[in-house]
Amino acid sequence: MRSPELVELVRTDPDRPPVAVIDRRPMTTGKRILFAVIALLAATAWALIAFVRGESVNGAYFVVAAVGTYVIAYRFYARLIEYKVVRPRDDRATPAEQYENGRDFAPTDRRVLFGHHFAAIAGAGPLVGPVLAAQMGYLPGTLWIIIGAVLAGCVQDYLVLWMSTRRRGRSLGQMIREEIGTVGGVAGIIGVFVIMIILLAVLALVVVNALAESPWGVFSVGLTIPIALFMGVYLRYLRPGKVSEVSLIGVALLILAIVAGGWVADTPWGAETFTLDKVTVAWLIIGYGFLASVLPVWLLLAPRDYLSTFMKVGTIMLLAVGVIVAQPQVHAPAVSSFAIEGNGPAFAGALFPFLFITIACGALSGFHALISSGTTPKLVQKESQLRLIGYGGMLTESFVAIMALVTAISIDQHLYFTMNAPAALTGGTPETAAAYVNGLGLGGTPATAGDIQGAADAVGEESIVSRTGGAPTLAFGMAQILGSFLGGSGMIAFWYHFAIMFEALFILTTVDAGTRVARFMLSDSLGNLGGPLRKFRDPSWRVGAWVCSVVVCGLWGAILLMGVTDPLGGINTLFPLFGIANQLLAAMALALVTCVVVKKGYLKWAWIPGVPLVWDLAVTLTASWQKIFSADPKLGYWAQHQAFRDARDAGETTFGTAADPAAMDAVIRNTFIQGTLSIVFAGLVVVVALAALWVCVRAIRAGSLPTSEEPDVPSKIFAPSGLVPTDAEREVAAEWDAWEAEHGERREKAPTHA
Amino acid sequence: MDLTTPRRAWRALTWYVTGVLGESDYERYVAHLRRHHPDARVPTVREYWRERHAEQDANPGARCC
Repeated sequence: MRSPELVELVRTDPDRPPVAVIDRRPMTTGKRILFAVIALLAATAWALIAFVRGESVNGAYFVVAAVGTYVIAYRFYARLIEYKVVRPRDDRATPAEQYENGRDFAPTDRRVLFGHHFAAIAGAGPLVGPVLAAQMGYLPGTLWIIIGAVLAGCVQDYLVLWMSTRRRGRSLGQMIREEIGTVGGVAGIIGVFVIMIILLAVLALVVVNALAESPWGVFSVGLTIPIALFMGVYLRYLRPGKVSEVSLIGVALLILAIVAGGWVADTPWGAETFTLDKVTVAWLIIGYGFLASVLPVWLLLAPRDYLSTFMKVGTIMLLAVGVIVAQPQVHAPAVSSFAIEGNGPAFAGALFPFLFITIACGALSGFHALISSGTTPKLVQKESQLRLIGYGGMLTESFVAIMALVTAISIDQHLYFTMNAPAALTGGTPETAAAYVNGLGLGGTPATAGDIQGAADAVGEESIVSRTGGAPTLAFGMAQILGSFLGGSGMIAFWYHFAIMFEALFILTTVDAGTRVARFMLSDSLGNLGGPLRKFRDPSWRVGAWVCSVVVCGLWGAILLMGVTDPLGGINTLFPLFGIANQLLAAMALALVTCVVVKKGYLKWAWIPGVPLVWDLAVTLTASWQKIFSADPKLGYWAQHQAFRDARDAGETTFGTAADPAAMDAVIRNTFIQGTLSIVFAGLVVVVALAALWVCVRAIRAGSLPTSEEPDVPSKIFAPSGLVPTDAEREVAAEWDAWEAEHGERREKAPTHA
Repeated sequence: MDLTTPRRAWRALTWYVTGVLGESDYERYVAHLRRHHPDARVPTVREYWRERHAEQDANPGARCC
């Protein structure tokens, strides 16, 4: 071992080997050179993305710029956060060690836990947002996904994970109440619930838009339910515990379902039976959410989750390989005119703040704070591993978002806008759509109706006009990338439906798990009101479970139906609300973290969570402000509301994109609900932020304030910190092996021993 | 040909996949019982998964968007 005098070994028990390694050795020259080379490569790729214009921008540059930046950020910025804020103490037992019960509290290998945590945080969000944001060109999205993740998203995930690990794995809501006080806590809990509802509705809307009028998609995604039921029964009665075996069978059946979807959609009866309109698909998804919420977990939710994990990791790796091998040419401009003028068809609003709202997951996602508090902290072995799991996990998600962006910007611009402009603009037919997109001044070869229909035929769909929501666009781009080197043009339809299937699988897994979580939140809150409602606290009380499930599904289902029937195009009006909700949750989490950092007396380092907090508040409150007060009806919900109201009062029967009085009433109602939600969200966050600010002021005056951190308990186990153990850590691990062999204390081990 | 390398790679892969999916949780639980509660009855795989799913029924975990 090199310079052992700079390595401190910490023991908590003189009879046992050390439990922590404090390594103060400087980097080796070789490592310095390696990081310098990585930094140089990343800088070159950034320069190519930012300054080279025209046809020569290659999709692979984005991968190099992203990965290089992540490596440098992880090695240097995350390390700074670790030294100055987290200050991990590996001689302190984590909740997993202290409360070990072999079930929810269990020290888990850091690499396994990384996979676990990543599977829990990654979903459809980082795939959908960047696709929509591609309307503003590739540069703004790339900058925000990478810089936002490094400075905001990863910081949030890492620090929330740290806080929860020091508090027995408490949830975000509980921590807000304990650290910021009752008022902030109540606002936080209501906020989490309302935000959850809107997230579920918008995610379900993305699935509806991908499946409506697509018999192939409906058939194959519909089959996932019987496949999951089969897997559930298999695991419970036939071969209990054989999770990977049943997952492989499930994935094979899934692939078969995709292929069979093509056959069925080709037959007249199949096309007739499975071609469903948006409203029908929406009702089916609401019904599914209700069933998933009341059925036992083993039958539907658990097997779906295995399938989804398998498909998630597999497909993301496939896409990464695809982008690197196919190296698609970028068709989007660096910055489009929509970014500046704010009149884009996929979503309205200028670059600031709406780009930062549209790309939430992948750069900064408040939802992760719910995952980082709760499950993961109860499994982590050592505090020093939090950097890998929290910061590293979010970097990986950011990488997924970059892949999605590259996929979207490599699609022909005319086809991109054909798919992403609402039907009110494209007119819904290839001819009108071609006329619309050719009038956008996109440059390049104009699209003909034949091109648009040809693109739809290639992926086995009736039409690709106005397939908004991001999922069909991503699937379309993925099909082109994968088809270019796997199976050729004959496989494009398969890859398209493969991508649709995996996105729908992701989203439905979030919808069913989310409905269940929201149901429990509701029954807990009702139970806490006391009196006869106390009965709601018992989760096995079936009536309570049914009532709460109906309420939760009714709430998100109503918003979903509102989006589906919206004459203005549901994604266009609802996606900003989704982004704002997610980012407002992030604001609550960052306010909590900042508050605790100040309370602990680390005022000098409060900027680490403070800068992303201020930025996030600026973005979300500006966006909320514009959505509430803007006089431009395209942007402001209330301006739109008033415009339609005036038109109706003036006795008009058609107005704007609403073709009849019923549609006008729908717009008036929808904008009222959307505007009200905007006000509620912004109000809740302002309450939490002000409460946090007040606690910070008190803490600064007092120098520091006590926090709800649990007292120290000495650790009795050892585990390395990073992905690859250092030489010093290997020596300690070997010492533990010898000690355990001698004392007959065998712990289960990884085959490639740490 | 040296067979130990592919075999080790396969073992590492199955260790990782079963770890992430939770398949090896049963063994972890049994090891925990043997170490800390040597007198406790060890549940069968079937019983373990029934209890675990019952627990999940009562405490749902969120999935991210």
